[in-house]
Amino acid sequence: MASTLFDKIWAAHVVDSMPDGTVMLYIDRHLVHEVTSPQAFDGLRLSGRSVRRVDATVAVADHNVPTENRAAGIAEPESALQVSTLERNVREFGVPYIPVTDWRQGIVHVIGPEQGFSLPGMTIVCGDSHTSTHGALGALAFGIGTSEVEHVLATQTLLQKPAKNMLVRVDGRLPAGCSAKDIILAIIGLIGTAGGTGHVIEYAGEAIRALDMAGRMTVCNMSIEAGARAGLIAPDDETFEYIRNRPHAPKGDALDHAIEYWRTLVSDGGAHYDKIVVLDVGALPPQVTWGTSPETVVPITGRVPDPADIQDDDKRAQAIRMLEYMDLTPGQPLAGTKIDVAFIGSCTNSRIEDLRAAAAVARGRRVASHVRAMIVPGSGLVKLQAEAEGLAKIFTDAGFEWREAGCSMCLGMNPDRLRPGERCASTSNRNFEGRQGPNGRTHLLSPAMAAAAAIRGALVDVREML
Amino acid sequence: MEKFDILEAVAAPLPMANVDTDKIIPARFLKTIRRSGLGAHLFEDLRYQVDGKENPDFILNKPQYRNAKILIAGRNFGCGSSREHAPWALLDFGIKCLIAPSFADIFFNNCFKNGILPVTLTEIECKALMTDAESGSNARIIVDLKAQAISRPDGTVYTFEIDTFRKRCLLGGLDDIGLTLEHGVAITEYEAKSYADPWRPRIELI
Repeated sequence: MASTLFDKIWAAHVVDSMPDGTVMLYIDRHLVHEVTSPQAFDGLRLSGRSVRRVDATVAVADHNVPTENRAAGIAEPESALQVSTLERNVREFGVPYIPVTDWRQGIVHVIGPEQGFSLPGMTIVCGDSHTSTHGALGALAFGIGTSEVEHVLATQTLLQKPAKNMLVRVDGRLPAGCSAKDIILAIIGLIGTAGGTGHVIEYAGEAIRALDMAGRMTVCNMSIEAGARAGLIAPDDETFEYIRNRPHAPKGDALDHAIEYWRTLVSDGGAHYDKIVVLDVGALPPQVTWGTSPETVVPITGRVPDPADIQDDDKRAQAIRMLEYMDLTPGQPLAGTKIDVAFIGSCTNSRIEDLRAAAAVARGRRVASHVRAMIVPGSGLVKLQAEAEGLAKIFTDAGFEWREAGCSMCLGMNPDRLRPGERCASTSNRNFEGRQGPNGRTHLLSPAMAAAAAIRGALVDVREML
Repeated sequence: MEKFDILEAVAAPLPMANVDTDKIIPARFLKTIRRSGLGAHLFEDLRYQVDGKENPDFILNKPQYRNAKILIAGRNFGCGSSREHAPWALLDFGIKCLIAPSFADIFFNNCFKNGILPVTLTEIECKALMTDAESGSNARIIVDLKAQAISRPDGTVYTFEIDTFRKRCLLGGLDDIGLTLEHGVAITEYEAKSYADPWRPRIELI
């Protein structure tokens, strides 16, 4: 029978099945961070269990880590306790750990692929919904809760039912000024935040094939914002080249044999999808969100919608609340909306390619005087590379803050937060109420668009600045 | 995990779509290293005003709903992050059952791991329960997991679907990990075969 990429990876990981269709699924990689793991390690201790496969597990702190003056440690006591608890747990259970002061430290979803921990064909989990990022390599990668973190630590398996298959085919050639972020925002705008619920999305088509690995990670990263369990892309030569020479990837003969297997990881012709969505991005304008749900996407050339035009009662009520929260008026053009902060970073957009795109816009320009603009690389190694390429200098010359790796202003867990009422052009993944700090206002957009907004001091169509 | 069989309780109506996990428990409260105590911050930004005082208009602050054990919610409840702190906060507050037209996947899954029953009913059934819930403490709803049935105050009964395995775990308060480890041999056999795969090298960190 013809199988999808998801079906193939799933089948290769079934350890046992129960009569009701629940499957014991083997997990190849478990990435652990400080926020969702303390209670899981406690659970192991209480029941006298150990970590079954320390050689399939790796831990790093990212959410709580301050992004400046790393040598000073973590000032906030609760954050410091969470990180020191992780350090104590990895020592006690023998889990490989990348310390906060190590150059390899960074956002878990950046360093997984960067270090070669995440590879095609694998099942990869982490107590974080943006684990879908690793699907860009052709892996089945998904977020889990803390009980499941404990389950994987103890058994290296999860009890799961198969997801449904969804194909999102993206045709056309992406125009200048647009990036992977605009593609995924457009997809979420089209299918909605529950459009992928119960499904694993496979992204395919000309526009996806043309993306570099960083772009594919951006697309897969936000699958969860469309409600999908995971997102993935069939591995190809671009993927194999990316993997070659990664520290923890197979080398030599082992790599050749691995690639031989990875080439079988494509959906068969005639494979069944429960849902198919097609869009053409040949004329896509840069995208931006106006509300507090990632589905509230409009082109930068567009306007804030009028709730009066929305038929569905729930959606209209939600739109009214969102406009009030975001302090926007119906019909107002997005372009020209004044911002206070620009944030370039997060597991969605903090890789070297993202920083290059932002630097191309920032080069020789100045951040608007009323704007606080931050660049937060996804890992210590991205930071080093950006400094070596001269990107850091472009940013600091332009008046951007150049910071240490971490989750930073994507979520309000570390010192990088919006103040109440501040409006932020952000390359992160969620614009929920309070996400970047209580009463902060978030517009999601691409790195190039965020850099453009920082310079103009307002949301702007980056194509005017190319 | 506490067993779930029959629950008769007051239901609180929360007629909002797409209630995300940041709304249920904002990220700044995820710094705890324990499971308990999060109920105080459940729906923090909706429940409290900027000055820290309770928002009297928020449903769970109204006297008749302070002891609600059931929440009737809008579609796509629990979307967003994988934080189990969301079901922990609900449970710590006292919510044992959620009823909505749809839930986000990870949140839905996390509920079962904590003895919370999330029930999916049609939009029409949810609207009717929402109306019942608006009558406050006069309207008690009965959730019977064994019968997979929900009884409204007027006696109308709605039935719901649930996975056999999840139902068994909730009814028995069973520990997933213990059940899985009973299959330890199958895991060991799988691993013995997979060790040779060149595409899943072991991690050795230096």
